[in-house]
Amino acid sequence: MATATRYIGRPLKRKEDPRLIQGLAHYVDDLRLPEMHYVAFVRSPHAHARIRSIDTTRAQTAPGVLAVLTGQDLDKAMGVIPCAAQLPEMKLALRPPLAKERVLFVGEPVALVVAADRYTARDAAELVEVEYEPLTPVVDPEKALAKGAPVLHPQYSDNVAYRWELEGGDVKAAFAKADKVIRQRMVNQRLIPVAMEPRAVVADYQPGENQLTVWSSTQIPHLLRTQIAAVLGVPEYVVHVIAPEVGGGFGSKLNVYAEEVLVAHLAMRLGKPMKWTESRRENFQATIHGRDQIATMELAVRRDGTILGLRCRILADLGAYYQLLTPLIPTLTGLMICGCYKIPAVRVEITGVFTNKMATDAYRGAGRPEATYFIERAMDLVAAELKKDPAEIRRKNFPQPKEFPYATPTGLIYDSANYQKSLDAALKKSNYRKLRAQQAKLRRQGRYLGIGLSTYVEICAMGPSSAMPAGGWESATVRVEPTGKVNVLTGASPHGQGQETSFAQIAADLLGLEPDDIRVVHGDTAVVPYGIGTFGSRATAVGGTAVYTALTKVRDKLAAIAGHILQEDPKRLVFRDRKIFLKSNPAKSLAFAEAVSAAYVAKTLPPGMEPGLEATHFFEPSNFTFPFGAHVAVVEVDAETGEVHLLRYVAVDDCGRVINPLLVDGQVHGGIVQSLGQAFLEEAVYDENGQLLTGELTDYAIPRAWDVPRLETARTVTPSPVNPLGVKGVGEAGTIGATPALINAVVDALAPFGVRHLDMPARRERIWQLIRRARQAGSRPTARRAGAGRDRRVR
Amino acid sequence: MGVVIQVRVNGKTRQHEVEPRLLFVHYLRDVLGLTGTHIGCETSLCGACTVLLNGKAVKSCTLLAVQADGAEVVTIEGLAALGGNGGLHPVQEGFWEKHGLQCGYCTPGMILAAVELLQANPKPKEEEIRRALAGNLCRCTGYQHIVDAVQFAAKKMAAGKR
Repeated sequence: MATATRYIGRPLKRKEDPRLIQGLAHYVDDLRLPEMHYVAFVRSPHAHARIRSIDTTRAQTAPGVLAVLTGQDLDKAMGVIPCAAQLPEMKLALRPPLAKERVLFVGEPVALVVAADRYTARDAAELVEVEYEPLTPVVDPEKALAKGAPVLHPQYSDNVAYRWELEGGDVKAAFAKADKVIRQRMVNQRLIPVAMEPRAVVADYQPGENQLTVWSSTQIPHLLRTQIAAVLGVPEYVVHVIAPEVGGGFGSKLNVYAEEVLVAHLAMRLGKPMKWTESRRENFQATIHGRDQIATMELAVRRDGTILGLRCRILADLGAYYQLLTPLIPTLTGLMICGCYKIPAVRVEITGVFTNKMATDAYRGAGRPEATYFIERAMDLVAAELKKDPAEIRRKNFPQPKEFPYATPTGLIYDSANYQKSLDAALKKSNYRKLRAQQAKLRRQGRYLGIGLSTYVEICAMGPSSAMPAGGWESATVRVEPTGKVNVLTGASPHGQGQETSFAQIAADLLGLEPDDIRVVHGDTAVVPYGIGTFGSRATAVGGTAVYTALTKVRDKLAAIAGHILQEDPKRLVFRDRKIFLKSNPAKSLAFAEAVSAAYVAKTLPPGMEPGLEATHFFEPSNFTFPFGAHVAVVEVDAETGEVHLLRYVAVDDCGRVINPLLVDGQVHGGIVQSLGQAFLEEAVYDENGQLLTGELTDYAIPRAWDVPRLETARTVTPSPVNPLGVKGVGEAGTIGATPALINAVVDALAPFGVRHLDMPARRERIWQLIRRARQAGSRPTARRAGAGRDRRVR
Repeated sequence: MGVVIQVRVNGKTRQHEVEPRLLFVHYLRDVLGLTGTHIGCETSLCGACTVLLNGKAVKSCTLLAVQADGAEVVTIEGLAALGGNGGLHPVQEGFWEKHGLQCGYCTPGMILAAVELLQANPKPKEEEIRRALAGNLCRCTGYQHIVDAVQFAAKKMAAGKR
């Protein structure tokens, strides 16, 4: 049997777009059901307080209000918000959906109002009177560890959530024989994911059928269904979850939220359809945050630049309670801390700490951007200390291509790579040598060009179930209709990534059809088999492989049917142009639809074959995949104002085999720009009272079109041996690879001022202060205005 | 206590009695059922709710329905009719051709902001496109394919005029 590759690898435009560009798609808030009621939440204005009393009388009697509920009203109705992560000796920090005695972060829901329309619901929420007794908030994660700090969870003696350690190789010996030890404390700041569509939930309960349908803007419809059933204490078959059009997630919708279970509960309790749509302020306060790690990196190096060992201590601010994966995220940083370098000895110590803030959890990259940032910054510090070129220091420590699969001292097996090739390609594309010459020339003129490198590796295609909290496989069903049209049902839950198109490309090639013959269906637990969802750059590598394998099962069956009808060996048949034909004699053929019809009419099947044409596969990956790449950022810093001008950005990524290059470019662009946000603009700031100062888009800048230059992208292709498609995943590459390249470029630009590190976001006032301090210390060069005449800048 | 307003939306005259505080975006979505216009921030910062009001791109989340009384409005649902060829508007085509969208949530607003730009400046430079779209946030695409989409539309519209 042969399959022609006609669509895999081509930049097909997307099948999902016509509905999206015409306003015909349906996101959760677009749904309206008869008698639908609206939910509004009363949220804590305090970071840490005891609830003395809640008076709901005025709200309850307001016109149009159906119900007002507090935590006490729900006491027996539901369980706690689930956390799937388990670490040794981890303390529990589980949260009731509505606060009961105490509140632990600003934005924690304490009561809810149900009313006939959204304006009335919001008005009535303001009539709920809550009396609080404020307690001392714990905001700074380092101070949270201090003796005598107020304790968030009083059943414990301190705020340490867990300690996690990992050691591989002889770390003591590595540091003992080092010529130098490079040390740096680095902060990977707290971020807010900001999916453009805020969260939203609609729920409807039909008592006759005993069916609770929940539409939620989620990345994990099946896991959400299981957890709603568990929290509400109803059989899972009662719950039906639909993720309709989802307006971005970036990990923030890879969760089970209080609002989701509460709205589901209300539909059952009150017998009316319910809707809740998050405001942007709520989204900032009560949807998970990302990153928030403070690391101290130490590298033991030989004078020639060889890295002998690495020690890393990480303090991870987890916020007040766990969400689904909160404690787990920093451990991914630990596992990936060696980056793409052959470091024989490593020790990582992580302390997770509770503070009076929203929980951190998986935000695009989830633990790996932190690891990449820490190691890539550290590699630049090594280069600076040894006065060597950052590209050469990196190259010196890469494993050779023939060493793959490569075992890291953190216990991972990197599947395949050629780090030299991607670095060479990035250096060539950026014209690195010329850039260095230009930098030297400009410095003599008092202008400060910075060139930043990042060579990254990420852990993707999550993942083997043995290493995942709750299953890492993915499912697919291929159902061919009697007319010959094909449904591909995937357990992955795409929300912008474009698998309705890329999976159709895979199916078209395997069955010899056109993409228009195929419909990819996802996000509905009543329609598609149990799946895990879309996150961790897994949908194509794991979900796509499930699709591929289910397709081969269908194709094998069809070949047997066609072979029987044509009286030919099925192995000699080819699927192409909507036909099944003999390779040696294409005239001997059967239309694809005819063979399919035979499967349903069931009169000409081979003896003993079951009728119908449908196959399901649950793909269990044997390993993660490890995409990689090399990025080069070029900036100019204006020494008078501290402004950073991003002049060029070159990215060479290797995500294995590419199904649709247009989609891959889109993922890379988006990821790099989110990185740029972290590097230069974004920071979730809580003040000393635990108030979220960056509580709206007014105070939290995400990149706009004019913050970004044209990105220059290219690829190398190193197929993954982990799956038959050879794909690695690309959803997070940009967010993982780009941040250190950008900061390395800024630090490189500031080298003449003696700057060796600065923490993100690298805003101009911070840079200006560094330059000013250097100048006041004397003997530093004066500068001319940079980038005169350019109006693009990073604010 | 309601106020009667009359608005021409996508070529159809609509008349309703509305609460004076009703936001125009809620009028479009909840009263007229035109849910293609999205809400991303309620503070006019993200641009997801952008519509054309008397030919100008405005953010309908910080406009009251009563302020739109007497106006001529085009939403994403009515844009194709403006293209004049019975199919998609060239800007819509550009977004499809150049992969100018991923999750699609910012897309209707982004498209309408681009339509306004091309009406005022039929041959914008890349820098001008990036400036014109500064009021519309996208978290997925990194904007590059959006710029490509607008350039595609500009070329297509110029060719159509010749």
